[in-house]
Order: sequence, then structure tokens, then C-alpha cells
Amino acid sequence: MQANKPLLKVDKVGIRFGGLKAVSDVNLELNQGELVGLIGPNGAGKTTFFNLLTGVYVPTEGSISLDGEKLNGQAPYKITKKGISRTFQNIRLFSELSVLDNVKVAYHSLAKHSILSSIFRLPSHFSGEKEMEEKAIEFLKIFKLDEVMHEKAKNLPYGQQRRLEISRALAANPKLLLLDEPAAGMNPQETEELMNLIALIRERFSLTILLIEHDMPLVMGVCERIYVLDHGQLIASGTPDEIRNNPKVIEAYLGEEVS
Amino acid sequence: MEIIQQLVNGVSLGSIYALIALGYTMVYGIVKLINFAHGDVFMVGAFIGFYCISIFHLGFFPALVIAMVACAIFGVLIERIAYKPLRNATRIAALITAIGVSLFIEYGTIYARGAQPEAYPSNIVPLKSLELFGVKISGQSLLILGTSVFLMILLQFIVHKTKIGKAMRAVSHDMDAARLMGINVNNTISATFAIGSALAGAAGVIFGMYYTKIEPLMGIIPGLKAFVAAVLGGIGIIPGAMTGGLLLGVIEALVSASGYSLWRDGVAFVVLILILIFRPAGLFGKNVREKV
Amino acid sequence: MKTLKQTKTFWIWIAAAVVFAVVTQFLINGGTLNSFYVNTLFFIGINIILAASLHLIIGITGQFSIGHAGFLAVGAYASAIVTTKLSLPFPVALLAGGVVAAIAGLVIGIPTLRLRGDYLAIATLGFGEIMRIVFLNMDYVGGASGMTVAHLITWPWLFACVLITIVVIVNFTNSTHGRACISVRENEIAADAMGINTTYYKVMAFAIGAFFAGIAGALHAHNFYIIQPTNFGFLKSFDILIFVVLGGLGSMSGAVIAAILLTIISTFLADFPEVRMVVYSLVLIAMMLFRPQGLLGTREITSFFKVGKSAKGGSQDASKQTVA
Repeated sequence: MQANKPLLKVDKVGIRFGGLKAVSDVNLELNQGELVGLIGPNGAGKTTFFNLLTGVYVPTEGSISLDGEKLNGQAPYKITKKGISRTFQNIRLFSELSVLDNVKVAYHSLAKHSILSSIFRLPSHFSGEKEMEEKAIEFLKIFKLDEVMHEKAKNLPYGQQRRLEISRALAANPKLLLLDEPAAGMNPQETEELMNLIALIRERFSLTILLIEHDMPLVMGVCERIYVLDHGQLIASGTPDEIRNNPKVIEAYLGEEVS
Repeated sequence: MEIIQQLVNGVSLGSIYALIALGYTMVYGIVKLINFAHGDVFMVGAFIGFYCISIFHLGFFPALVIAMVACAIFGVLIERIAYKPLRNATRIAALITAIGVSLFIEYGTIYARGAQPEAYPSNIVPLKSLELFGVKISGQSLLILGTSVFLMILLQFIVHKTKIGKAMRAVSHDMDAARLMGINVNNTISATFAIGSALAGAAGVIFGMYYTKIEPLMGIIPGLKAFVAAVLGGIGIIPGAMTGGLLLGVIEALVSASGYSLWRDGVAFVVLILILIFRPAGLFGKNVREKV
Repeated sequence: MKTLKQTKTFWIWIAAAVVFAVVTQFLINGGTLNSFYVNTLFFIGINIILAASLHLIIGITGQFSIGHAGFLAVGAYASAIVTTKLSLPFPVALLAGGVVAAIAGLVIGIPTLRLRGDYLAIATLGFGEIMRIVFLNMDYVGGASGMTVAHLITWPWLFACVLITIVVIVNFTNSTHGRACISVRENEIAADAMGINTTYYKVMAFAIGAFFAGIAGALHAHNFYIIQPTNFGFLKSFDILIFVVLGGLGSMSGAVIAAILLTIISTFLADFPEVRMVVYSLVLIAMMLFRPQGLLGTREITSFFKVGKSAKGGSQDASKQTVA
């Protein structure tokens, strides 16, 4: 599509658990600034694919590269530092920490002060912590979470927890953001807000986003391109219109209601 | 021939570990709890057997059966009083409770009867020694081995051929699904504790006969080692516990035989750490990942 | 503004602590505190260090380690060797105890901290037992009969150690590094996904905890005249664990308060050791059944003075996240 190199290049990636091929032979490319959807019936391997991208699982075949740099085999925290960050299908916040501290944790890899400087309370500790706090507060303001920043994360209502998880993922300063069913469990109004939020962060952070979603109107509405997984394999890719009329996709979804 | 003699000793000791390890592994398989008090149930079994023999002048087998029944009841009581209310609590809370129960049984026993050891009457079963290829195998070793093997076969039968065994396997596989299928989960868990504790009680009586000395803190080290055996075989897996127990007994006997008997107690833990590092699922286990 | 206030509060606490130390020293010199009280005080101090160091590992980083007596033993023996065999001064022994224990922490931590929950608990318990058996079999340190060590600790040394331990651990906790550790405790997978090197922080917390346990070991060795392998069995590990659990997992002040209270209680029950253990075990069980978050939960004692802010929060359901 574009002449420049893709941001993310996934080449024939697959993983086997014992004898079971959970994902196999997936090719996928994301260009800078794109918003791409990843859909498929339940158990198609979408979350497994995210786990491959973020290093939770190591692919048994194929290669994954970000900005031309090979990622497979690297520890998850290193992949995050290289620029891929994610949210989880089942929210995984640091529930006993405050909203502010949740975001601060994501800033940790940018911290300039060492353990020793913190233990001895050297000036670099104070300046480092202050910088983190200011950045985090600024960030929470964008997401309208600054009013609850001293609440424990677990005490937030569901919609805000989702929003906090997305903002925490963004605070890690990614080039590519992976969202795993961000609208799960949301009512139509919350979903609407979420769509606006996604549009906002794209604009503001000039991000590339890969989105897993079951909510078809949401996916068709916001994504420029869509990939479809079924039984661990890529069965189609293209614009929302192409996907809507693709016989293979219709077949894959016929066995199961579109949820 | 010395080495074969040691192997026989190792197998006898190992079968005691295996009997205790079975209780650990069954309970862990079903409620994911390391029942630290299990070693103390073993101790209680040894004492009950001792009192049956020395005060009521019962024979070995009646004493064994009484100890097993009493321990089964004891195990169920522990589960109902201390563990059941914590079934939905954190793993740490459950583990700490188990440690608390263990300390309570140990020091409660000391408080009740004092810390002094008792000498087990060793002549209750008049058995001759057996000479086999120049190796003297004591009748006691054979009795221990025979009893253990019988109990393990009995356990396999219960787990695989009876209704309660089927329920136990179902609950350990998926507690919620089992409940939805109409299995009484609470009773199944109690049955698991009962069977595991009965085996520990039997191990206690056998241990007393073999080593002739029992005391209130005797359960700690064999309990820990039996846990090592359970981990070695793959925790939650019944044949794994048996193999792990026998293997550990033999390893210890070989270490003693090569002149490092003072290090014997340490070997189990070295084995434990090695197995945890290199094969945390145990010899028979499959790796299970946390679902992300 | 905020940091200024924090710094001010920090120095007020330090000043108060120093005043307490000086007053106590006068009471000791004047004979108001007899040797029984002084001994109890020393024992409390050692236990505070142990509780604080285990708090960092279990309460903050969430790594369930139940072999802490192993590090205590390593520190005690290392320092005893320094003073009795090498005839070096006590401060060197103190440092040696900490450093050797920290190295032991690294050696045991790097392979085992990959394990989670129960498995880690058992591995650390195994480590503690191995240490005890190693010392039992080393003729150089006296085997089962142990080593006699000179009584070298004084109140200023003890107090300085307690203070440094608490300050270092609190400062570590209240920094981005401490937050990284807490994030590991709260959700290791999410921490990893946020770019936290979880292994590094687990090992770091383990090493720092082991270092201070080693310091406590050095103080222990030079306080009780004799050290024997039986002093460092896993009952000792459980003792330390009980401080942390009763105080509230995640609360430093809770751990310190529990260490003080339980040391006093066990001093008075010293003549009835089995009663002490029965009481301990019942308290432990009752605590887990009725108040699993411990005395203070994850809160600090200071949070009770700040009314309204962050002092609320239903810590009840904090204990209900993992299901068997």
C-alpha cells in the first residue's frame, strides 16, 4: 500500500502447544499510523496471537519484527520497551495501587534514578520522581481520570478501569498499541465513548493500533483494514467492505453466532 | 551385597514416603493447598497405633485399621474447621492456615502429653528374616512393603473404579464444572482428606514399627520429604507420588550407604530445588501455563 | 512542595527516633532498665529487622518465601567466623553477615524466583533446611554443638541497624523501584507488559531482604553468646513469617508492631514454650479465618493520622482474588 517499510511485520508466525497448532502461518503487516482490526470466532487464536506479539509466548515458527528489528524470543518487558504495549481481555490493573501509581509504573522504564539514589534519597531521586508524577498527572488529565487519581484502581467502576488500562498502556510510550477486546462488557454508550477515545488517542499520539474486538459495528466503524483469524489461520484480510462480503468469513461465522 | 541391603532399606523408607506423599498430592490436586498439617496427621496416626498396641494390646493389623479410621476422621475435621472457610481466600492465606494447623497439632500434642518420645513395641509381629541371594531381608521390611503396596493398589481401585473416585477426579479437573454436574463438591473434598489422612495414619503406624521411636515432632521431616516426593513425581498425580516416594527413599539410602549419612536430610531438599528448577511439573507432570 | 513536606516529615521521624535512642541509652546507663529489659529490647530490635526484611520480600514484592531463617543463619555464621576465627572487629562482621547473606540470596533467588506461589514457598523452605544441614555438617563452625561468640553488640549499634534497615526499606518502597515491586505483587503479567523487568525486581527484593536478614544474623550471633544450627530451623522461619502476616501483608509498620508485640509476648511465655506455640498457631489460624489481611492490611500506621485520604478502601476483597 505505502512505499515506506511497515512498522510491524509478522512473517509466517505460528505456535504449537504440544501437538495442537494454536496459531499457524500468519502473515500480517501494519503500516505507521494504521488502525487495524483482528476478528474471528471464539477460540480462533486472537489472544494467542497478541501473546506472541508481546513475548508472553515464544513463536515456534516464523518471525516478528518491529521497525525492522526482530522481536521473537525477547522477554515481554523488552518488547514493551521496544514499543509494543497492550491491554488485556480480562482487565489486569495493579488493583491495590492508586490510579496515579498505575500510570507511574508504566513510566518506570523511563526512570533515570537508580535504586541506590532512591535508597539514599539523592537529588536525582526527587527530580526523577517529580518528573514521573507530573507526566502521569498530565496524562491522566487527557483521559479525564485525574479526579480519581488517588483512588485505588480496584475501586473504580468498570468503564473507568478499562480506560485506565488503556491509558496505562499508552503511558509506556508505544509505537504500536494492542487492544484486546476493549469494549467487552460495555454498554452501547460506554462503547461509543470508547470509540471516541480511540480516535482521540490515534490523533494525539500518532499511534498504530491493532484491535481485537467482538463488537462488529465498532470494528467495521473504526478500522481501516481488518484481518480475520479462524482456527489459528488467517482466512481473509482487507477493507471492512471486502471483509463483510468475503464468503470465507461468512462461512467461518456461520457456524457460530456473531457475538 | 551391602548395596542391595541399602536398596531394600531405601524401598521400605520410600514406601512410607509414598504413603504420606499420596495424601499431599491428592489434596493438592483437588484444592491446590499444600496441607502442611499432613505430616502431623502421620504423627497422630503413629501415636494412635502406639496406644492401641501398648495399652489395648491389639495386634498390628487392628492397630493399623484403627489408626487409619481415626486419622481419616481427624483429617476431615481439619478440613471442615480450618480449610473449608478459606476455600475462596488467597493461596497465601490458605498456606499460612495450614502452617498454623500444623503448629497447633504439634504443640497441642506436646502440651497434652509432653515432648518425651515413646518406644514402639517392635516385637508385635513375629516374623522371620528372609535370606534371598545372600541378602537378609527383615520380615518387617517385607511387611511394610506388602502393606504399602496393598494400600496403594486399594487407592488406585478407589480412584479409578468407584463413584467417589470418579467424583474426586472430576472435582480436581474442574471444581465448578463438577458442581454444575451435580457432584457434591464438599463431600468429595472431605473424602479426599479422609483417604489421604488414612494413608498417612497407616504410614505412621508402619514408621513406628520400623524405626521404633515416635515423638510429637516426628511428622515434620518425613512430612516435608513426602512433599518433596509428591513434587518429584508431579504434584496432583497419584502414580507420581508413589514413584517419587520410592525414588526419594532409594536416593537417601544410597547417600547414606556412600558414607554421607549426616547429609541424608539435606539430599531431599537438594532434589527438591533441582526438580523445581529443571522440571517444575515433576517427572510425570505436564507444564501448565497461566492463561493470559 | 510535596517533596519538601515529605522530607520534613522524614527528618522529624529520624529526630524522634534518635531522641528515643539517647533516652534509652541513659536509662540503660543509669540502671533503670535492668538486664532483662535490655535483653528483651535487643531481641525486639533483631526481630524488627527480620520482620522488615521479610516484609520487603513477601509484603511488597509478593514472593512467598518461608526460608528466611536460612539467611539469618548465613549472616550469623559468617559474622561469627569474622570475629572469632579471623579476629576482625565487630563492624566488619556486621557487614560481612549482610553481604554473605545477600550473596546467598542471589544464588538461591536467581534460579528459584522463576517459580510461583506454592512452589517458591517450598523451594525457599528447602533452602532454609539445606543451610541448617550444611552448618550441622561443618566441623569448622562446630557442627551440632555450634560456635561460641563474644557478646559484642551495644545499644547504639543495634539501634543504628534497626533504623537503617527501616529507612532503607521504606525509601526503596516509596520510589519507582518499590512501585515496580508492588506491580509484580499485584499482577506479574501486567507488570511484565508494562516494561518492568520482573525477574530483576524479584531478585533485587530478595537480595535486599537477605542482606538485612544477614545483618540481623550478625546481631543475633553477637547477642546470644552461642549459635547452633537448631536455632535456625524452619520454626524460626515461621516465627518471622508470623510477624509479617499478623502485621498485615504489605504494611511495614504492621510488621514492626507485630514483631514488637510478639517478641514481648514470647518473652513472657519463655518458660512455657509449648503454650507459646499453641497460642501462636491459634492466633495465626483465627487471623486467617477472620481477618486475613492482618492487623493493618496494606496500610501504614501513618495513614490513620491522615483522615479521609487513602485511609479507606475495602481491603476485604483484596484477599479474595485467587481461587483454589
